[in-house]
Formats: sequence, structure tokens, C-alpha cells
Amino acid sequence: MIKRHEIVEKRAFLLAVLILITVSVGGIVEIVPLFTIESTIEPVKGVRPYSPLELAGRNVYIREGCYVCHSQMIRPFRDEVERYGPYSLAAESMYDHPFQWGSKRTGPDLARVGGKYSNEWHVAHLVDPQSVVPESVMPPYAFLLEKDLDYENIADHLRANRAVGVPYTEEMIANALEDLRVQADPEGDYEPLLSRYPKAAVGDFDGQPDRLTEMDALIAYLQILGRMVDFTDVRTEDIIQ
Amino acid sequence: MAVAAVHAAGVRAEAAYNEDVVRLFTIATIFWGIVGFLVGVYIAFQLAYPVLNLGLEWTTFGRLRPIHTSAVIFAFGGNALLATSLYVVQRTCRTSLFGGPALASFLFWGYQLFIVLAATGYLLGVTQSREYAEPEWYVDIWITIVWVVYLVIFFGTLLRRKEPHIYVANWFYLAFIITIAILHIFNNLAVPVSWTGTKSYSLFAGVQDALVQWWYGHNAVGFFLTAGFLGMMYYFVPKQAERPIYSYRLSIVHFWALIFLYIWAGPHHLHYTALPDWAQVLGMTFSVMLWMPSWGGMINGLMTLSGAWDKLRWDPVLRFLVVSVAFYGMSTFEGPLMSIRQVNALSHYTDWTIGHVHSGALGWVAFVSFGALYYLVPRLWRAERLYSIRLVEWHFWISTLGVVLYITAMWVSGIMQGLMWRSYDSLGFLQYSFVETVAAMHPFYVIRAFGGVLFLLGALIMAYNLWRTMRREIREEELLPSQAGALRVTPAQ
Repeated sequence: MIKRHEIVEKRAFLLAVLILITVSVGGIVEIVPLFTIESTIEPVKGVRPYSPLELAGRNVYIREGCYVCHSQMIRPFRDEVERYGPYSLAAESMYDHPFQWGSKRTGPDLARVGGKYSNEWHVAHLVDPQSVVPESVMPPYAFLLEKDLDYENIADHLRANRAVGVPYTEEMIANALEDLRVQADPEGDYEPLLSRYPKAAVGDFDGQPDRLTEMDALIAYLQILGRMVDFTDVRTEDIIQ
Repeated sequence: MAVAAVHAAGVRAEAAYNEDVVRLFTIATIFWGIVGFLVGVYIAFQLAYPVLNLGLEWTTFGRLRPIHTSAVIFAFGGNALLATSLYVVQRTCRTSLFGGPALASFLFWGYQLFIVLAATGYLLGVTQSREYAEPEWYVDIWITIVWVVYLVIFFGTLLRRKEPHIYVANWFYLAFIITIAILHIFNNLAVPVSWTGTKSYSLFAGVQDALVQWWYGHNAVGFFLTAGFLGMMYYFVPKQAERPIYSYRLSIVHFWALIFLYIWAGPHHLHYTALPDWAQVLGMTFSVMLWMPSWGGMINGLMTLSGAWDKLRWDPVLRFLVVSVAFYGMSTFEGPLMSIRQVNALSHYTDWTIGHVHSGALGWVAFVSFGALYYLVPRLWRAERLYSIRLVEWHFWISTLGVVLYITAMWVSGIMQGLMWRSYDSLGFLQYSFVETVAAMHPFYVIRAFGGVLFLLGALIMAYNLWRTMRREIREEELLPSQAGALRVTPAQ
């Protein structure tokens, strides 16, 4: 057997083809079934596409590299469930392109941070983290208050998401601009927004009513995290993968 | 060229090799290495002293961290792999690079452009948020083109070799080039929002996206930082030790086993997540099995010194190479250990992972690259020998101390934080709030940053030494009798 290896060593094309086959096996066996086994994503209710403002906020989250220090994946351990809430389900990130599970907790997990703190707390914390958590090593993000959100092409973002499989409807895309504005305006008519995106947090998130900033978008995103699924009516048998 | 051709065979062979591009990649390796280490030191201090984030959007940890990781993996490591692979493939095939100087030159400048495009993007917040695959779609397309050119040059050179056998180092380099291409393409499938904008959305979502990313992420380790650098080991360790590879049979077994098993290991980054259990168990099982071929490679590298162990006493270049293989052995034992689900339950999300990565990246990848650089520079610049052997000794001990400080600090802080998170008091309540565990990290973050400073200092000493070597200068210094003669580089190859 070892002596026959000479055959491979003397033929570059054969070597290349054998390498290609050898490295393909593992990936195919592990990845393909994830797309074909239906129970991979649990059939729970409530998970919906992000509202336009949440999506814009999520893009700020990605841009600033929040995933570098914050996970969004609660593991099924007693301490994690007590600290952060019910453990994360695959369904909860089924519209996350890309996923934001993270790999390091320099800061706490954020999978269920939505609704835990007020908008005012988030603004104070993002502007100067040490002012509310003295031991924190988080960088300040005060500049988000000064940056107007660039959202004119938000409908294109929804379309790109639809192209990769997020079920945004024509109605959602047509109303994207209006939905984005009204989510940051508690005075506006946000009922249509809430019918399209249930549980979306509406408010003047950044405390600057006359401006729509990146801070508004980021907090709108943080406030929906982990709130889409109502865990009081999830049965164990539904979430077996 | 025509004139050279009529000279003696040795001279002719030498003139035919394209060493210009290897010299360029060598300089780029040194330059980007220092950039990458410097950014690493800076972000390490940011975690100890957050005021260093400076309150500017371009200098936050979140934006600088990808610059550090990409600079050390792709800029330092990548240029080292390109320099050595193009050097090794010409020597072991006794032929010049396929495609000629123009294509090689495109490869060099194309690769540097990729680095600059990626890094400027990170500073401005252009990122896909996929770890070690952060560049957006336009950079991904560019590096795909450059990478295909690399494959064409490397494979074309193999095809026109004047040796019947393909040398073992080239198997590893070829596996690295092919596999990285596959990983890169599938992991970066995305739909851009518009052709004039930078933003794109990944083709995959959630759990599938996570596994595709860590299939990529772990094999960036497995093929970029392991297979490629094993290629380096298989050339430079026997060259510097002047001994043949210990076992041909072991090379074959460990090569095929390594490339087959590595690909399966990705799910161990997703233990206890929403990834289905069957995938996690599969990933763990193959990660544990991977220990064997990894140690096969380590044994083959270390045992190559059989009969030449005395050289470790006086040859600091060989010492870099051998200690790198030892670190390789250590981190490829630690890796399978951490991939066991019950161990990972403690280590995941903590600094233990960071420590593990750095024992591989600093101890193995960087040390084997330093050894290769010390081997290459006097030969590529036709110097009699390195400018200073003593400075190599200094580099070796300073950076070894830096690595030890780094990884021990991260072991302690990682395991401590993992234990604090799961700690309960006598009344059944969580004993520590999250931020108490953050505060507990501080002394270890300071020690880690100091370890990084030592490592950077060592690299600066190396850069100075190699710069003087390029100028063909020799430092007047007292050497051991064995060093003086044996470390002289024979001019004609």
C-alpha cells in the first residue's frame, strides 16, 4: 500500500483530485443534512423577519463588531438559563443572514437582552459604558448618537434578504421606508408596522425626537432580541431536533 | 538569461529560479508580522484599559480585532506561506515558476491589495461578521482571482518539475491551496444589496450559516495554519538540521489522515448550541481522532533531528523550528481535549480558547515562520550568514517568554471565568454577576498584554537582524566554535 503511493507522488493531477475528494467528504456529510433534515429548525411560533429599523440596527451591530465580544446563543445549562433566559433555539436565528451566535463572551450574552433594560439605559450605556457599569471594558459608542441613519435604500436591503430566503412580502418591501420611520416615532401611526412585525419596540429610542440616528436603529434591534418566541406556550416535544 | 545558460549547471539552475517574488513575499511577511503583532498588543491593552478605545469609531476593539486576526493569519501567515511555498516548489521541482515573472508579480501585488482592501474595510466598519472571513463580497471576489492565480502558478510548476517525485512539502502546500479555495468560496456565498455598495447578506442563515462558517473557520486553522505550515516544516526542518525526514511512511499516513479528518472538526465550535446533537458529536469524535495524525506530523518533525540533537545547543534557528513543532504538538493535544463536549462546556466563550489559539499561532505558526525567515534571508540576499546569531538567541528567548506569559495568563483567566459563571452559593443562587467575572480578568489581561509586548519586541529584533543581513553585514560578536563555521550559508545552492 505504502509502496503504491509512488503512483500518486508522480502524478500531480491524480494527487490534486485525490486531495479534492478527501477533503470533500466531511463537509458533505455534516452540512448537507442540515438543509434536508426538517427537525433541524424547531416549529415554534413567533419568529418573524426583522422590521426595517431592526434590520438597520442589526447592520450597525455587525459593523461595530459587537459579535466579537457578545454571543447570542444561550446554552442549555442551569447557570446560563438562570442568567440569560431560556436556551436558544435554532428557529430563533432562522432569518439571521449571517448568524450572530458569536464565539466569545468578553461581555454577556445578548440573545435575550430585548426588554431587559430601558431605552434610556441603553443610550447611557452605549454612550459611556463605565458610567453605568464601572468595571466594564466595553468601548464607548457615543458617536452613534451623532450619526444619522442612512436608510433611503432600506427596501433594497429587504429585497436582498428575500433573495436569500427571508419571507419579506411585497407589502413589507413597499412599506419599508415608512415602517422604518414610524418605528422611531411614538407619535406616528405604528399599528400597520405592528401588524407586519408583531412585538416590535416602538419609541424615540435615542432621546432625540428630531433625529433618526444609528443609535435609534441599534437599540430597536437590541430590544427585539429574544422576544419573538413566547416560551410559555412552547412544548418540549416541539423543540426536539 | 542566455548568457547564464552557458555557465555551469549549478549557476544555471540558480539563475532560472524566480527569487525576486520570494524576496518580495519575505519582506511582506516581516512587515505584516510586525503590523499584526502591534495591533494585537494594542487591542490586548484595550481589554485591560478600555480608555484606549479613544472614543473614536475607527479605534474600537470591535473594529480593530479583525485587523489583528486578519493581519496575523492572512498577511503575516499568508505571505510566509506564499514566500516559502514558491521557494520550496522551485527547489524541490528544480524548475522555475510556471507563468513567469509577470504572473508571479501579479500574485504578489494582488495579494497585498487584498490585505489593504480588507484592512481598510474593517476600519470603516465594512465586515461580513464571519470570523476570519470578514471581508465583504468585493474583496472576496478579488482574493478568489488572486488565489486561482496562485494555484495555477504552484500547480503549473509541479507539472513541469524535473524530479520524478513530488516532494512531501508540496503535498501539504497543494492541499492547503485547494482546500482554502473551496472553503473560501462556499463560506462567502452572499447576495450584495447593490453592485455599488459594500453590504451583502449571507446566502445561509442561522444554524446552517453557523456550521458553514465554522466548517470554514476551523479549516482555516486546519489548512491555512496547519497544512500549509506543515509544508514549511517538511522543507526547513530537514534543511536546517541537515538530516532527512524521519519517516517516509509516517509522512504518507499522517498527510492523508490529517486532511481527511480535519474537515470534520468544525462543529466543535458549536457545542451545546442550537446545532443538532448528531453534528456536535460527529465534530467532537473527529476532533479527538485528529490528535493522532497531528502527533504523527509532530513526531516526524521532531525525530528528523535524530543524530543532530546537539545542534539545538548552538543553532538558534533550528531551535525556533524545533520548538515550533513542540508547540504544534502541545496545541494539537489541547485542541482535541477542548473539543470534548464536557470540557468545551467550561472552555467555550472564555479566554481559554484565545490562549489555545495563541499557543498555536505564536508558538507554532510564528516560530516556524521565524525559523524559515532566518533560513531564507541570507540565502535569498546572498549573504555569508545572518548578521547576528546572538540576536537570534535574544529573539528566541524573549518571544518564548512572551508566549509562555500569554498562554498561561489566558489559561488561568479562561478557566477561572468559566468556573465563576457556573458557580452557585450555598443558597442556590448564582454566586457572581457577569461583571464580577469581567473585573476578575483584569490582572490576567495585563499579563497577557505584557506577553504580547515581549513577542513584538522579539519580532522587531528579528526585523533589524534580517535588514542588516539583507545588506550583507556581519556583526562582530563572540560565537561558539561550532556556530562560527556551521551557521555560514553556502553561497551556491
